[in-house]
Amino acid sequence: MLHIKNLRVDIEDKIILNGLDLDIKAGEVHAIMGPNGVGKSTLAKVISAHPDYEVKSGEITYKNKNLLELDVAQRAMEGIFLAFQNPIEILGVNNMYFLKQAFNAKCKYTGIEEMTSLDFLKLVKAKIKSLGITADFLKRDLNAGFSGGEKKLNEMLQMSILEPKLFLLDEIDSGLDVDALKSVAQGVNSMLSKERSVLLITHHKHLLEYIKPDFVHILYDGKIIQSGDIHLAKEIEKNGYSIVKDLRSAS
Amino acid sequence: MGANKNIIDVLENEYSLGFTTNIESDTIEKGLNKNVIKFISAKKDEPSWMLDKRNKSFDIWQKMQEPHWSSIVHPKIDYQNISYFSAPKQKLDSMDDVEPELLKTYEKLGIPLEEQKMLAGVAVDAVFDSVSIKTTFEKQLGDLGIIFCSISDAIKNHRKLVEKYLFSVVPMSDNYFAALNAAVFTDGTFVYIPKGVRCPMELSTYFRINAIGTGQFERTLIIADEGSYVSYNEGCSAPSRDENQLHAAVVELIALKDAQINYSTIQNWYPGDENGKGGIYNFVTKRGICKGDNSKISWTQVETGSAITWKYPSCILAGDNSVGEFYSVAITTKAQQADTGSKMIHIGKNTKSTIISKGISALKGLNAYRGLVKVGSKAKNARNFTQCDSLIIGPNARAHTFPYINVHNSSANIEHEATTSKISDEQLFYLMQRGLSEEDAVSMIVNGFCKEVLGKLPMEFAVEARALLNVTLEGSVG
Repeated sequence: MLHIKNLRVDIEDKIILNGLDLDIKAGEVHAIMGPNGVGKSTLAKVISAHPDYEVKSGEITYKNKNLLELDVAQRAMEGIFLAFQNPIEILGVNNMYFLKQAFNAKCKYTGIEEMTSLDFLKLVKAKIKSLGITADFLKRDLNAGFSGGEKKLNEMLQMSILEPKLFLLDEIDSGLDVDALKSVAQGVNSMLSKERSVLLITHHKHLLEYIKPDFVHILYDGKIIQSGDIHLAKEIEKNGYSIVKDLRSAS
Repeated sequence: MGANKNIIDVLENEYSLGFTTNIESDTIEKGLNKNVIKFISAKKDEPSWMLDKRNKSFDIWQKMQEPHWSSIVHPKIDYQNISYFSAPKQKLDSMDDVEPELLKTYEKLGIPLEEQKMLAGVAVDAVFDSVSIKTTFEKQLGDLGIIFCSISDAIKNHRKLVEKYLFSVVPMSDNYFAALNAAVFTDGTFVYIPKGVRCPMELSTYFRINAIGTGQFERTLIIADEGSYVSYNEGCSAPSRDENQLHAAVVELIALKDAQINYSTIQNWYPGDENGKGGIYNFVTKRGICKGDNSKISWTQVETGSAITWKYPSCILAGDNSVGEFYSVAITTKAQQADTGSKMIHIGKNTKSTIISKGISALKGLNAYRGLVKVGSKAKNARNFTQCDSLIIGPNARAHTFPYINVHNSSANIEHEATTSKISDEQLFYLMQRGLSEEDAVSMIVNGFCKEVLGKLPMEFAVEARALLNVTLEGSVG
């Protein structure tokens, strides 16, 4: 589904990613781990075309398309969804209205007929019920005054409505208590399928107890320096990222 | 960023109402003197008392100086290089006499004047250059005792009301442009709502400047008698021309005991191009007086057009428990300049006022909020809440806020809140990551920013205002 080859990304002349390779097949769950500031979030933002990052060289293909030729909205339409670490607040924009506009944009792009407001409301109500969200959520302004947990749940709600193919989950565990984390993880797990893939960014193993990865990668020094399965995450939990530095000096 | 260029392209889009109507006009030669005033008065078939007032105003105006205290910068206006009267040549006695070309103009503007196509629930007065073309539903309203006609007709037919109230809120000596208007005003709308009558439909005036080299100087007078209610709306547009055209209007509102007036404006005069060439100079004096106890005046404005906007719709809260409100969205893009806000003058006891101002500046736009809250010594328990928010789009846009607060009674409660924000790349990225185009994302943020004000407009006008915001600002991050 997603192939990244020898990717180099700069921000304001600083090299963030350099020589990064990653392959994600349909139905796979990949976790990217690494200490703070190594460019984990950068990777998620580059895949979704954030304007601050400049791809200097390398390739990203997604469903056999050259992703670098598509803009933010086009990539979103093609099924790439970034669940933000800090979802932004937008005053005056009603949450439900926003959902409908985003949903309509997707319908237009894929050539599906738009839903009536009533049918859409039914759909959303079913989704919020399964996510354990209260209905007043829909009446509020987009993320405005939401708690950390509510913001993440709102991301899950959007994801469940827009039904993307590739989930980029950027530290969705940050700032959540155990209950909120469980709800969010449950939201993600309920959407997993053979056609959908996940790129999970975290620096705690904790999240991986709730969303089970098929692969765990360690990002350091701009590239993936080690890949494995859940055992790799466990090792990091035990020994910290110091092992990464050892690996690096050994290489 | 490539995306921003697209936005600027869209922003610099064409003004869609910039067409010209080819119609034969009676336009007097440029210049201003007592002969011109006499000519206007004669054209309007006015009684002599009106001509006397015009002449007095002209004398006052001649002794005054053009004001330059606002943030607006403009080349010197040559008042002798303007034609002060222009009217379609043909005389109009009934609808059948209105030239098809004129009807087409209003149709293009979305305002049908023909009986069979009239907007349900909205009575319209259409002012083309210097004259009122057609007032709809005049008869139906007349059955309730409501007077809705051109100010010219009112001067002839409703002398008592006009003499009592005209110049009573905005005196001829009020300011430079008000004095000019008093001398040369050509038409406008007159509304009188009798005691205890709730006007059953929206009243609306549509102003159109068409002729070249002319100014438009309309005068509107609305009187809501005791216990009455009226909602009034005005819209404006003009052809795209390279020269600047002057628009200096005056609006006076009078709300008597227990009466309420809601006054909404959608101002979309031609804004000029991105280099500041052309566009309307809009110098307007709007003021209402809550004369009676428990009366209320509410101003709502959406200002998207004009090269220059200079206007401060105000309320004099004379009656006890009276309420004044001002809700404003002002957008300046290209090279537009707006200096706008409100004045709330608290005189009566327990008077209350609210000012909500939303300024949006994009490209090289300048947007200044200027407001005065004044509480007199007898205005016990006066309350004001002011909120002015500025949204800046792009590196060259500017926003200023000038709040003046002047309180002479210690029981007053005045609150002032102000914010300045930018549309951030992060906000746009978030919305676009959900599949919205950049234009839709900007429009969503701007509409959200203006929501409180747009919500105050009557339904039909809110739809028009939203569409206008989108056209004016479609995508605008620099």
